[in-house]
Amino acid sequence: MEIVEMSLGQLRKLLDNKEISALEMTKGFLGHIAQLDPEINAFITITEEEALFAAREADARIAKKEGITPLTGIPIAIKDNICTKGVKTTCGSKMLANFIPSYDATVVTKLKQAGAVLIGKTNLDEFAMGSSTESSYFGLTRNPWDLKRIPGGSSGGSAAAVAAGMVPLALGSDTGGSIRQPAAFCGIFGLKPTYGRVSRYGLVPYASSLDQVGPMARTAKDLAVLYHNISGYDPLDSTTVPLLPEKVNDLPQGLKGLRFGIPCESYDKKIDPGIKEKLLLVADLLEKAGCIPVEVSLPSLEYAAAIYYLIAFAEASSNLARYDGVRYGYRSEEQTDMISMFRQTREEGFGREVKRRILLGTCFLTPEYYEDYYLKAEKGRARMKKDFARAFLECEFMLTPTTTVVPNIIREKTDDLLSKYLSEVCTVAANLTGIPALTFPCGCINGLPVGAQLMARAGKEETLFRVASFIEGELGVVKGGIR
Amino acid sequence: MKYETIIGLEVHVELKTDSKLCCGCSTKFPAEPNTLTCPVCLGLPGALPVLNKKAIDLGITAGLALNCKISRECKFDRKQYFYPDLPKGYQITQFYAPICRTGWLKKEFPTGRRRIRITRIHLEEEAGRSYHSGAGIIDSDYSLLDYNRSSIPLIEIVTAPDLRSPREAKEFMEELKIILEYTGVSDCKMEEGSLRCDANISVRRQGDRELGKRAEVKNMNSFRAVEAALEYEAKRQIELLEQNTPLESEETRAWDEGNRETVFMRFKEKAYEYRYFPDPDLLPVIINDDWIKGIRNKLPELPNSKRERYIQEFRLPKDDAALISSSKPMAEFFEAVLKDYSGEPKNVSNWIIGDLVRLINQEKIEFHQIKLKPEALGQMLKILDQGVISSKIAKTVFEEMFYTGNKPEIIIKEQGLEQISDVQLIQEIVVKVMADHPQSIQDYLSGKKKAKSFLVGQVMKETKGKANPGIVNVLLEKELEKIKE
Repeated sequence: MEIVEMSLGQLRKLLDNKEISALEMTKGFLGHIAQLDPEINAFITITEEEALFAAREADARIAKKEGITPLTGIPIAIKDNICTKGVKTTCGSKMLANFIPSYDATVVTKLKQAGAVLIGKTNLDEFAMGSSTESSYFGLTRNPWDLKRIPGGSSGGSAAAVAAGMVPLALGSDTGGSIRQPAAFCGIFGLKPTYGRVSRYGLVPYASSLDQVGPMARTAKDLAVLYHNISGYDPLDSTTVPLLPEKVNDLPQGLKGLRFGIPCESYDKKIDPGIKEKLLLVADLLEKAGCIPVEVSLPSLEYAAAIYYLIAFAEASSNLARYDGVRYGYRSEEQTDMISMFRQTREEGFGREVKRRILLGTCFLTPEYYEDYYLKAEKGRARMKKDFARAFLECEFMLTPTTTVVPNIIREKTDDLLSKYLSEVCTVAANLTGIPALTFPCGCINGLPVGAQLMARAGKEETLFRVASFIEGELGVVKGGIR
Repeated sequence: MKYETIIGLEVHVELKTDSKLCCGCSTKFPAEPNTLTCPVCLGLPGALPVLNKKAIDLGITAGLALNCKISRECKFDRKQYFYPDLPKGYQITQFYAPICRTGWLKKEFPTGRRRIRITRIHLEEEAGRSYHSGAGIIDSDYSLLDYNRSSIPLIEIVTAPDLRSPREAKEFMEELKIILEYTGVSDCKMEEGSLRCDANISVRRQGDRELGKRAEVKNMNSFRAVEAALEYEAKRQIELLEQNTPLESEETRAWDEGNRETVFMRFKEKAYEYRYFPDPDLLPVIINDDWIKGIRNKLPELPNSKRERYIQEFRLPKDDAALISSSKPMAEFFEAVLKDYSGEPKNVSNWIIGDLVRLINQEKIEFHQIKLKPEALGQMLKILDQGVISSKIAKTVFEEMFYTGNKPEIIIKEQGLEQISDVQLIQEIVVKVMADHPQSIQDYLSGKKKAKSFLVGQVMKETKGKANPGIVNVLLEKELEKIKE
């Protein structure tokens, strides 16, 4: 087997047994990237020099048998909205095309401390606003399963890189499904952790109350390992929770007696019949393993998309105010005074979708609309939390589709904004309620991968890893696309 | 026609914390521009604020000192506007749920004692500082930015429109400053900008119930400027009223210290243009009873009640009590002296208000920097009361203590300053002095009473001021009487 197809555990064994050095491994992945990425365009920046340096350091650790973690010497890709000291962090935007952070995000610090090899920064929808990775200033990313199709988004670069074997692991960020939807479209695993479990310090914010950094991987176990390495309380992020990091090396197998909820609202008629079929298959497997299906009701799910967009756009309009051309990033040449500097810089520096969201969000926060839109959305959000809390009295986890469709052809649906926004219903609920949600591959339709989503109570990532790992074992690896 | 002036104040107070409101950067001032910054206070993408607990403590302290209700849930909002010295494009502040509400400050005005209501106190962060090459940002060739001040914690104290004259506004500010210094909330340096105030002012005809349209006056950089600016503005508004052209809409004006006038800046922004909303990066801070109790227990006695106590307990005159209680270190010094010294408290206040304040001003130092120990002053007063030294010598001893910090008994001993009360010795000197100055005796006998003082002075000179003046007087009198006879 080639290293590009191996799981973390297999790579670990090669390194620890000194069958291959971290340097050779990193070179191997860099070579794979050089071969595939011109076509896929998963990366905005490849940090070859830094990666080789980190690989040598990892080799030194391995030689001394000191400070070896599961990630020591393992190449990892980072979504390009996560700050890396001394390495461009563009957010896929002209606005930050040349922005080099002076500091590392907490998750990056943690990975570096673990000895991981950061190999490059991956493409995304501009400022993580989108679900197709078509809106990046650095060009679109293609789906390794079918290059005519989108990889999903906004963490499309990370999803494509992992799916194509350019890296075994990647970090994404998820505000309304930006890890899970591209993971599903690219046939890999992705986790949106419980809000507050992973530090946001250094994640360039889109919507602060919804954003979470999360892992993307090709196996459930790899996903869990990466999650455990990046999670935990961070004194630099007031919204992280001071809980001890969980320790899980081997995921427990038994699922007997676990109740899984099937929210009737998420299986409505808009869902692709092929996807529905796959889900029923998964449900069967769970039942056979001793899980108990329960039908649960989430009446407020109907409003999830509306609530999500009101809150996300409002927060985005504020979070993106700092890009004014004064201190860093793009500054328009077409300026004569302060006002025109602000106006032209933002006019030229942001793309269409970002401007659309800023304008709408600004509007939602004006007093004419604040109460009717923003406050009402916050009330809706509180209602959703209650609905979920009630549903989780009856089950330990829920099973839903990750997306209602398979990846579309590039540029095919760009104009149909409403259907694009609505296809995110299944994923946004987890962000609005703060609960963890995991997507796993559950088969293919016409050669395109399909994902299913598991959700659990806040802090119960372990349940999700257990279930996903079980199904992975039952279904075997879902293979396809270029590797 | 009589007019009434209605004034409310918005006072900005920089809090006395070591680090900023949302990051660990130092609040030192002055410092090289942009050296006290980090990703958080520079608003770099991805950086997140973390609240400074000390700032919340001081917010609570200010609230308790001003008799406010303390919010149990302290939440932060974003106030959004674009300006180059505002690095995030929004300011972290409190709009919907300020840390303190509905308090008051009791103040003795010439027209009587009144409560000035405090509407709210909220916590917020400072913006950076802009330095324009021209008059303002729009007409400057360039502007320089310093983000050292960015995110320094601040409270804004908003009063009800309860002040009735520019003088009252000034006196209120002075009182507020004393309280905030006392409680350690701020060092209140107006010249460094750590205490600033904007005033909302309107006028109406006496007897009218409705308030007139108000102007907000900014840029008043001293207490005197507060009074002068508001006097100017009140007069201007009264004139407008008399010409039947009162203010039509609310406006913001700036005090021009050079030309001594208020200048139109802009019509007032409506609050909604700031699009306030809860900051999702900061969770609500829950303030429980224990927290408040802890701060209340540490609250020092406030100047108002000290003043009262000095008058009641120590029988100080009103002015002495007011002056001494106006400065915390001075009041603490005063009280410390009285711990050792059981004589007349007025003696202590005399020395403090007189010689001590004079020397401090002369040396241009702050009260807390003095070398003089309160025990030393107490000891000196005891020695003085016992007649060991004269009050004239006491002044010398006091200066010596002020400059060296030495104990009075050591100074007196080393310099041989003890008073001479030996009658025989003084008698001899008196006789000698009289022999040396026959002309003065002639003068005295011919009715020039001043000549006696001259002779006393000569005796003191001979004894280097150490002779007991009472004894000198008595003995000299006796000798002169003898000659008369």
